[in-house]
Amino acid sequence: MNEGWVIAVACLYLTGLFGIAYWGDKQARRGRKWTRSPWIYSLSLAVYCTAWTFFGSVGDASRNGMSFLAIYIGPSLVIPLAWIFWRRFMRICKTQRISSFADFLSTRYGRSSRVGVLVTIFMVMGVIPYISIQHKAISDSFEVLTHWSGGNGETNSMFQDSAFYFALLLTLFTILFSTRKIESTERNAGLVVAVAAESVVKLLAFLIVGAFVAWFSFDGLGEIFQTSADNPELERLLHIDQGEGYGGWFFLVLLAMGAFLFLPRQFQVGVIENADANHLRKAIWMFPLYLLLINFFVMPVALGGNIIFPDGSVSGDIFMLAIPLDSGEPLVALIAFIGGFAASTSMIIVSSIALGLALSNNILMPALIKAPRLRNRVRQLGKTAQYSRRFSIAAIILLAYLFYRFVAAPYSLAQIGLISFVAVSQFIPASLGGIFWKQGNRRGAVTGLIAGFALWFFTLILPTLPDSLLGTSTLVSDGLGGISGLRPTALFGMEGLDVISHGTFCSLLFNTLLYVGVSLFTKQDSVERNQAEVFVDIFEYAEYYESSIARRGVAKVTDIRSLLEDFHQKEYVERAFDVFARKYLIDWEQYEEADARLITFAEKLLTGIVGAASARVLVSTVLQEEKVSMEDVYLILRESQQVRTTNRELKEKSDELKKATEALREVNEQLKQQDVLKDEFLYTVTHELRTPLTTILALSELLLDVEDMEDEEREKFLNTIMQESERMGRLISLVLDLEKYESGKQKLLLTEVDMVKMVQEVSFEIRPQAESRGIDLVVDLQLSAPRLQGDADKLKQVMLNLLTNALKFCRQPGGRIEVSMYRYDRSIKVNVEDNGEGLAPEEQTSIFDKFYQVRSRGNAPRPGSGLGLAICKQIVELHGGTLWVESELGKGAKFSFLIPLQASK
Amino acid sequence: MKTPHKVLIVDDEPNIVMSLDYLFRRKGYEVFVGRDGEEALALLNDHSPDLLLLDIMMPKVNGYEVCEYVRSTERLAACKVVFMSAKSKEADIEKGLALGADLYVPKPFSTRDLMKKVKVLLDQPGS
Repeated sequence: MNEGWVIAVACLYLTGLFGIAYWGDKQARRGRKWTRSPWIYSLSLAVYCTAWTFFGSVGDASRNGMSFLAIYIGPSLVIPLAWIFWRRFMRICKTQRISSFADFLSTRYGRSSRVGVLVTIFMVMGVIPYISIQHKAISDSFEVLTHWSGGNGETNSMFQDSAFYFALLLTLFTILFSTRKIESTERNAGLVVAVAAESVVKLLAFLIVGAFVAWFSFDGLGEIFQTSADNPELERLLHIDQGEGYGGWFFLVLLAMGAFLFLPRQFQVGVIENADANHLRKAIWMFPLYLLLINFFVMPVALGGNIIFPDGSVSGDIFMLAIPLDSGEPLVALIAFIGGFAASTSMIIVSSIALGLALSNNILMPALIKAPRLRNRVRQLGKTAQYSRRFSIAAIILLAYLFYRFVAAPYSLAQIGLISFVAVSQFIPASLGGIFWKQGNRRGAVTGLIAGFALWFFTLILPTLPDSLLGTSTLVSDGLGGISGLRPTALFGMEGLDVISHGTFCSLLFNTLLYVGVSLFTKQDSVERNQAEVFVDIFEYAEYYESSIARRGVAKVTDIRSLLEDFHQKEYVERAFDVFARKYLIDWEQYEEADARLITFAEKLLTGIVGAASARVLVSTVLQEEKVSMEDVYLILRESQQVRTTNRELKEKSDELKKATEALREVNEQLKQQDVLKDEFLYTVTHELRTPLTTILALSELLLDVEDMEDEEREKFLNTIMQESERMGRLISLVLDLEKYESGKQKLLLTEVDMVKMVQEVSFEIRPQAESRGIDLVVDLQLSAPRLQGDADKLKQVMLNLLTNALKFCRQPGGRIEVSMYRYDRSIKVNVEDNGEGLAPEEQTSIFDKFYQVRSRGNAPRPGSGLGLAICKQIVELHGGTLWVESELGKGAKFSFLIPLQASK
Repeated sequence: MKTPHKVLIVDDEPNIVMSLDYLFRRKGYEVFVGRDGEEALALLNDHSPDLLLLDIMMPKVNGYEVCEYVRSTERLAACKVVFMSAKSKEADIEKGLALGADLYVPKPFSTRDLMKKVKVLLDQPGS
């Protein structure tokens, strides 16, 4: 494929990446939530999958079979533990504004700058080779793509090497999107979005190429595996148990676990760039799912490559490109190239940030700050810190490139990757001890780390160095100083393990033993003790971190303020001081001498910019610090805990009070509402009483005033007066009745009720009225229905009421009422259905309201009280049952009630 | 002999209608009765009464609406409107009068008073 085209596409891809990062930053500034979602977080964790995954896994699988999987099983197994480890890391880093792993360890182990330097050096040593193989992957894949001749490519000089220019572009990108803010602990939202996007690209690319191999080069996965199974050479790749056996697997899984948790780039995206610890919950399944998907086609591609190139003329590391090229599909090969490019670049970007921060914070910045001339010359030291970070990042990327050019070229991706894993795993003892074991101390950590790295170098690096350099071949065969017990690949006569397992085992064993042993036998000083307490119990101290660090010494508030202003904008410092004053209830007027809290606060602010080591140096320039005693430490820790407890109690109290107020307000609201209801009720009652009263009054006056009234008229009027008086009386007793139900004063007189008999009785009573109006009354009862616990009189009242209503609203002529009753589950159900005009939907609920009257329809001889159904509902509900109506306008109404066999009240 | 005044009585309470019907007939009025707003509108159109005794809370078309109709109809301009309602709050009365009623009689009321007031109303010039 034409070189120009490939370069153009790669540049286009990088431009897209710039665009995404820029856009992501913008979206985040606008507060768009998706930029800090668990999806983005999980995808950014997939920076774990580098060129090693993209090209190297296939290569590894083509030589050793399934063993490549160990590298992905490890993280999948360990990610639930990240919830335990990383959450602590996150909290610690956020509380103390720590921005790199080296700062983390140096702060924990007595805020010692030496620890920071040591960790930084080891990190760089361990990871630079790993970054370098990404450059190698870019360069190799470019070569294969552009100079495909059926075999492995050749190398050009550095300035002809496109990877060099890509490295320069990447440096620019990384610097642009990771060092825009003075504060290094702030999230780089755009960068994270870009890394997540790269994860999507590499996954899609792998799936496309995998599918191509499976279904275009071959006739599906079945054919690949069948052909391989028939070939004894390939058949061996399909088994796990061969060569190193399970021992090798065990160490690989272990290494991958450690790598996932402690690799600088994982620490960067997983801890420093994390927006919300709860995102881990989703990542626990999303990330393993990602690994599963991206590894799905590894075996098919590896086996397919071995089938297509049986003579081993093509390295497995380039199968992803070689297979499509061999089948004359350069476009698919280009997709593979872009996928690998995405995998490499995301790794280079994130790793260089992580290492760059460590380098700047622990080595470069402290050196700059100690140079007295600088402090006097530069106004805004914050800018200096920014430049220092930029320089460090560039240095890391270019250093890695040089390492690739001059050292790493001959090694395979998996080989160098694994050596890096072993290096990083050396941080496990000191890190885990740091957050779980208060006694773990600086001397232990330093000794363990040095021993671990020395052994790592001795067992893994030395044997791979070219013989000409140190005469390594004799060293490997005869041992150090000719002692066979000191052979790098078989230390203390340990034989039978593969090189990586052997190196891992030796280095980690001595590292751990020395860390624990030395920690047990040496003492922590007070500063260390203080940090150890805070780190291990971070969830207790985080909130009042400033008051948990013991200090003795004198500093002026104004000095501290002006120190901070050297780094931050004046307004920023002002705001920070405000927050601090509010938190600790400080009045600046009466606060001239800074106490330990303010000093720690200032140091924390500075740590965010220049790193922990430089922050300490800077604070010491304004502070006459004295040594802190162990008692001081214990005292302040106790006080801090007390502050916390008091605050928590206060908060609880205030919460309780809030709740009580809320409850009171609710009760008040209810009372008010009840008051309104009561008023309404009274108004309606008197209103209902006024109507009959009007008739009574009018007729009485007529009877008095009209002397020549006919007897017939007189009798009619007197009868009406009586009717209306009765109506008033009825109304009054109904109102009182209802009041009894509503206030809960009405009690049921529970007996065994034979519903069948009761319904029959009521029907019998009502039948003459029905017949006189030509209404057809149909009664259909399930005679075997059991008796129930209830109040016979009240239930009869309900039945009577429903039937009376039905009579009233039945069609006339041609009325028909159907009464049915049967057992329904553990209840008795009664239906009373008429064929009247029915009810509109909105009426079907209001009909049960007090004083609701359906006066308009039917042929009611006189209006009802509007209380009957309301009381029926109360009675049924008092029995633990329900009463409702189903109806449609013009199609009659069906009233039903359900009474449980055993009354609940 | 002058022609008797025409009175339209509208209420959904049959007994109230019955007593008022009797009373007004005795006093020599020509009486029409309606049981709801709809009937009232029909009777208003058919007979153009001089006096309308009107309940408020009635099905289909309520008293307020009937009153509004009367006041917006040229032909019924001379018709006096008297609300009689159990709604006896200040606000109810004000609302009734604001709609153009000549009188608002809260229930229960004395028929003796009512007759006196009606007489005064009908004797006013213009009727």
